[in-house]
Amino acid sequence: MNWEAVLPLFIFITIVFIVGIWAGKFISRSDSFLQEYFLGGRSLGGFVLAMTLVTTYGSASSFLSGPGTAYNEGLGWVLLSMTQLATGYFVLMVLGKRFAIVTRKYQAVTIVDFLKERYQSKWVVILSAASILIFLFSAMSAQWIGGARLIQSLTGISYFASLCIFSLAVLVYVVVGGFRAVAITDGIQGVIMFFGTLVLLIAVIIAGGGVSQIMSDLVAENPNLITPFGADGSLSPAYVSSFWVLVGVGVVALPQIAVRAMSYKNAKSLHRGILISTFVVGFIMLNMHLIGVFGRTVLPGIEIGDTVMPELAQAVLPGWVAGIVLAAPMAAIMTTVNSLLLMVSSTIVKDVYLNYVHPDAGDKAIRKWSMGITALIGIIVVLMSLQPPDLIIWLNLFSMGGLEAAFIWPIILGLYWRKGNKYGAVASMLVGVISYIIFETFYPQPFGMHSVVTSMLLAFVAYVSGSLLYKMPANNLEK
Amino acid sequence: MKRKEWMDKRYKTANREAWFGVGLFIFNFIWWYGFAYGLGSKSPESYHYILGFPTWFFFSCILGFIVMMILTIIVVKYFFKDMSLEAEEEE
Repeated sequence: MNWEAVLPLFIFITIVFIVGIWAGKFISRSDSFLQEYFLGGRSLGGFVLAMTLVTTYGSASSFLSGPGTAYNEGLGWVLLSMTQLATGYFVLMVLGKRFAIVTRKYQAVTIVDFLKERYQSKWVVILSAASILIFLFSAMSAQWIGGARLIQSLTGISYFASLCIFSLAVLVYVVVGGFRAVAITDGIQGVIMFFGTLVLLIAVIIAGGGVSQIMSDLVAENPNLITPFGADGSLSPAYVSSFWVLVGVGVVALPQIAVRAMSYKNAKSLHRGILISTFVVGFIMLNMHLIGVFGRTVLPGIEIGDTVMPELAQAVLPGWVAGIVLAAPMAAIMTTVNSLLLMVSSTIVKDVYLNYVHPDAGDKAIRKWSMGITALIGIIVVLMSLQPPDLIIWLNLFSMGGLEAAFIWPIILGLYWRKGNKYGAVASMLVGVISYIIFETFYPQPFGMHSVVTSMLLAFVAYVSGSLLYKMPANNLEK
Repeated sequence: MKRKEWMDKRYKTANREAWFGVGLFIFNFIWWYGFAYGLGSKSPESYHYILGFPTWFFFSCILGFIVMMILTIIVVKYFFKDMSLEAEEEE
């Protein structure tokens, strides 16, 4: 075991753990448990808002497989990853102040809350809660497995022990601390990701003999590596551009992201949040993927993409620095699973339990249920990670695009278009999810683009026609 | 649907700010696409380099990031308004 590298990693996990527990103290002080536990009492400042947004979004997939794919594809994949720059400003600007005001008027704590108040429909609630539970649960399981594997590959201890360490660290502070604990630890981990990628990028450039040297090495190996078209020229402009929809615009509709757009304190924190998140997301994405490309000349012949980043760090950095840098992907995973865990739990407690099972539950019962459900889901995920069922792995493939196709129009048009109604919302969610799964399975990349683009267009048509065909009775509008 | 929800003077400002987000996004896309495929589509042997990077990559991804950062700062600083977000409209 490489103790020099392992020690900083464990110190890091411990710090996050302690800060998370500390944040839990706010919960006992707050007068509204629900608002505090699931939304941090709407009190996030600009910096924490930006960090929790960026880190929730930047998951293991972008932190480990991103650089791994860039390693194989070259600069074309960095180009593709830069489509994510848009998430930095787009989410907070487009949902923006209107979303903040409306969700305060509705006193909404979750996305489903917002949809419930907006559409006043049981079916909208059921469909949206179901898609969140199914897709986010599987996404979370996949990330959870990634976290355990990362500890395993770094420390050499067994998968089971790694899983226990990872789960204990994440579960306890999320259960005890709720949204505020998640947001604050996201802030710390965002800083680690920021500097971790910067240090590693610099070290890789030095090890590779400077950017010019690296570029000529890449050209010598395969000139396609420095074109926008990928190693074998197969990254077409249409396909790469469609990622502006999948990872740029569509991110607005991911419930774990959108809920953050109602958690900030005031207009000033929003403004700061926009600036910081744009900078941090662009900086991290650019650096991280460049590391992958440059790493190809430093450490050729790595076969498994996900190990590119850990292997590079251990090769070009002194042991203890590598430990700190490798806390970055660890942080990326933790920050994503903690938000997903809370999102799934809030859906069960707030949207299902309080809506339909026990609407007049007292504060004490809500508290017990919220923490209990959060812990229970965590434990189920851990058990499933021991032997992940195929269904989870299959569902996870559709998680991001499926949620985007389901929620983008009910959220955006629900917010800005008065004529949108429950018929449109239900039609849009069904058409979005079903068409996405069908496209992905039978006809991936219609028109050379990622299938999420076509599904969103169909969902848009469904929303508009559903809303216009079945108009609400006029007296309902005047009420 | 209560009428009140759709009548709030603050929405006018909020809507305008949302359109700024869409505008930035469109500009971002054009800049990114134009430089990447405009300069990057020729054969790699004839590429020029800036700071070691191929020109297309430097303009599209590195300069593009800086330009978007500056535009975002300008938009937020000069066009976004500080206002109350609370449920009750301030008179």
